[in-house]
Amino acid sequence: MHELSIAASIVDAVTESAAAYPGARVTAVRLRVGALAAVIEDSLQFCWDIATEGTPLQGAALVVRVMPVVIHCAGCGVDAELDGVQSFRCPRCGELAADLRQGRELEIESIELEEPDPACESASQQVSESAEPAAPVMNQTGRWE
Amino acid sequence: MITRIVELRRGILKKNDELAAALRRRYIAAGVLVLNLVSSPGAGKTTFLEWTLRKLRQAGARAAALVGDLETDKDARCLAASGAPARQINTHGICHLDAEMVGKHLDAWSETAGANGATLAALDYLFIENVGNLVCPSSYDLGERIRVALLSVTEGEDKPLKYPALFNSADTAVITKIDLAAPCAFDRELTLRNLNEIRPGIRVFETSAKTGAGMEEWLAYLQAERT
Repeated sequence: MHELSIAASIVDAVTESAAAYPGARVTAVRLRVGALAAVIEDSLQFCWDIATEGTPLQGAALVVRVMPVVIHCAGCGVDAELDGVQSFRCPRCGELAADLRQGRELEIESIELEEPDPACESASQQVSESAEPAAPVMNQTGRWE
Repeated sequence: MITRIVELRRGILKKNDELAAALRRRYIAAGVLVLNLVSSPGAGKTTFLEWTLRKLRQAGARAAALVGDLETDKDARCLAASGAPARQINTHGICHLDAEMVGKHLDAWSETAGANGATLAALDYLFIENVGNLVCPSSYDLGERIRVALLSVTEGEDKPLKYPALFNSADTAVITKIDLAAPCAFDRELTLRNLNEIRPGIRVFETSAKTGAGMEEWLAYLQAERT
């Protein structure tokens, strides 16, 4: 049950990133959570409400995208998505595959901000940009480097 | 109002991962092999580790242990009986060790060198015994080179299937208390199969700290990994 500390880490990271947009309100935080990340979504949502209470993030939605495990099968030479986390076998040939390509992610993908329109236009417009293009890299045992 | 979407692609545990990366560099610079021992409570981590420390010391190796528990310093005192330096980390409710806790204790430890202190450079092996928990420790890198998942024969053969995140993140598995295998009707083949399904190719040691079974292989592995 470490979801509360995970939620608190998200609050810290988002608060830091949102500081670059003064006057903006965070309306949503989108996460990528691997099937092997050892984080339970229900528990995280529950802790999110607690961790954001009384902070500028209060009321922001937490949107979790679960990333299935993807293994690389050396025999078939392809990456394959697995249905669950009970067996790490290539769905094509049935061989065991230790090479994990996805499934341990625990990252903030993006945040959604609402900010006052300087031109006072009534029509809402959408802007998209990338703040930190370099994604962390996972090593062979699934730890971030 | 304008809606703006800002891509972050930022690891939630980035702070821990950065601290762990710094620890890993320190361990490598000091030439110490660091292992992170993880299991459920009661799997026998402390007994197994006490035995390991004792034997390593007898073989002339310099080994020390950091041990995490919510409360009490009982485990550190048990481990210190081996003659090796051992230091307790009390997490006071937190269910895992993180890189910050380990770093702080290593710093404090080196300051007390001499009085049961330990500096990384004076060690060949450092064992970090994690809080007994098969869920949360899997997310927290401590900078270790080898993550060891332990499971005892009394826990059931399906542990790897029930806790795939942890067993999949392990480099090595140790089955403990094999002296109790027969009374527990322990299914060895099934356990080995389950471990291999979750972490294909994982190295497994079948041990008993009580009888010494399997322990020579484990020590040989440690020595081989050290060199």
